Amino acid sequence: MCGIVGLMVKKPALREQLGALMVPMLVGMSERGPESAGLAVFTEPVGTDRRKLSLYAGGAAIDWRALEAAYRGTVDAGAGVDVQANHAVLTTAATPPQARAWLEEHHPAVFVLSTGRLIDLYKDIGTPAQIAARYGFERLQGTHLVGHTRMATESAVTPAHAHPFTAGEDFCLVHNGSLSNPYSIRRTLEPLGIHFDTDNDTEAACRFLEWRMREGDSLREALEQGLNELDGFFTFLMGTKDELALVRDAFSCKPAVVAETDDYVAIASEYRSLAHLPDARNAHIFEPMPEQIYLWKA
Amino acid sequence: MESVTFDLAQGGVRSLNQFLHHGLDGRSLKVLVKNPDGAHSIAVGIDAPIEVEIDGHAGYYAAGMNKHASVTVRGNAGPGVAEGTMSGRVHVKGTASVAAGAAAHGGLLVIDGDASLRCGISMKGIDIVVGGSVGDYSGFMAQAGHIVVCGDAGHGLGDSLYEAVIYVRGAVRSFGADAREEPMTDADHATLARLLAAAGFAHDPRSFRRVASARSLYHWNADANQEY
Repeated sequence: MCGIVGLMVKKPALREQLGALMVPMLVGMSERGPESAGLAVFTEPVGTDRRKLSLYAGGAAIDWRALEAAYRGTVDAGAGVDVQANHAVLTTAATPPQARAWLEEHHPAVFVLSTGRLIDLYKDIGTPAQIAARYGFERLQGTHLVGHTRMATESAVTPAHAHPFTAGEDFCLVHNGSLSNPYSIRRTLEPLGIHFDTDNDTEAACRFLEWRMREGDSLREALEQGLNELDGFFTFLMGTKDELALVRDAFSCKPAVVAETDDYVAIASEYRSLAHLPDARNAHIFEPMPEQIYLWKA
Repeated sequence: MESVTFDLAQGGVRSLNQFLHHGLDGRSLKVLVKNPDGAHSIAVGIDAPIEVEIDGHAGYYAAGMNKHASVTVRGNAGPGVAEGTMSGRVHVKGTASVAAGAAAHGGLLVIDGDASLRCGISMKGIDIVVGGSVGDYSGFMAQAGHIVVCGDAGHGLGDSLYEAVIYVRGAVRSFGADAREEPMTDADHATLARLLAAAGFAHDPRSFRRVASARSLYHWNADANQEY
C-alpha cells in the first residue's frame, strides 16, 4: 500500500499557498504510507542557461557553505546552494553532467535527487508529518506538485527507494502498486545506456517513460506505450514542467480520487486527503477510469 | 423519531460505531453523522432498525455488515460500501467506488450515480440498484441476488457468474466468461419493477435486458484447454 497526492493550482495567486494546501493531503495519507515520503514541486523556472539540482546528504554531515565555495571556485562562480536540513538545491550554469561529475568526485555521499529548471525534489524516511516539518513543505510555492507516502512491498526502505522517482529533467513519477516486469523493462533500457540508481520497480516505469519522451513522444504517447509495456498494478501520477498526468492499470485495484474546482485540481489515493481543500465537497469529484490517461496543463 | 448527531470532526469513527453497537438501548433512532470527510468504516456492523444519515463523502467500507438499518450517504462512497450486509438498506446519493456490495448476503443497496469496478463482486443475495453505470468486472462470481444497472456496464460483466441475475438498461462493453443475455420473463419484469420502485427509479422494466449464467463453468471440462 502507498499513498499518492498531486495538486495543481489554476490561479497565480494560489501558487504561494501550494505547500500549505498540500501538507494535509500528504499527512492524510500517513496510514497508507507511514515509513517514507517525498514530493516534487514545480516552481518558477530558473533561466534557460541554468539548472537546479536537488541534493540529499542523508546522515552524512555536509558543510554546504564549504561545498558551495569549492563548487564556485572550480566549476561555476555564479552557482548558489540553498540549504534545507540535509537537503539543498544547487543552482548552476554548468551542465547537469558537469555538476554531477564534480559532486561524485568531491562529495560522493551527496545524492542527486532531481535535475531541471523548475523541479525541486525532497524525499526521506520518516512519517509524512516528520518529513513535511523537516523540509518546511508548508512554505513551498509553485504551480503543481506530486507527492507520495510509502509502505514498501518490494524493495528496501531507504531515501533512495522513496518516491518520487525522476529521470531526465523536470520529470517525476510516483506510484501506488507493484510492477511484475520491472526487470525486463530494465533489460530493455540498460543496453541503451540508461543508468538505474536503485532496484526499485517504480524506477523502471519512470525511466521507461522518460526514455520514450526523449525519443520524441509526448507525455500522452509515452503513457500509451507504458500501458502496453508495463505490467502490474499501478496508479501512476507524474509531473512535468507544465503538466500533471494520472493513469491506472486495467484492474484499478490501487485507488485514486480527483477533485477539481475553478481554483485547483487535486488528486489523492483517497478522498480523506482532499476533504480539507477549499469547497472540496462541492468540487467535481470523480474516480479515474482504468487505462485512461488524464492530463492537466499548468 | 429521536435523533442523535455525531460530528466526526470532533469525535472519531470509533466512538460513533461503539454507540451504534452498544448505545442504542433498543431505541429507534435517527443518527446524523456530520463531517465524514472520507473516513473509513463509518456505521459498520449495525444490528438494529435505525436510520443513519452520513452528511458528506464516506471512505472505505461505509455501512458494511449492516443488519436492519437504513443508511444514507449524502455524497460519494469509497471502496466496499455495504460490503457483507445481511439486510436493511444502504442508499448512496452520489457515486460508489470499487466493490460496492461485495459479498453481501441481503438487503438493498441503491447507488444514485455510477458504481466503479467490481460492483457486486461475490455477492450472495443482496439486491443492488445502480442509477448510473457500473465499471468493469461487475457481478464477478456473484452467487445470488440481483444487480440492476440503469446505465451502461463495462468490460467482463458477470464473469464467472453463479445464480445472481443482472439487469442492464444500457450498453454492455463485453460479457465475462459464462455470462450471457437471456430473454426477459414475466417473473423478471415483476422482480425488476419491485426493485426499481424500492430504489425510486421510474424506468420501464421492459427497457432492460437480462444477463445470467450459462452454467457452463459449473462442471470442470478437461477438454476446454483453459479456453473460456
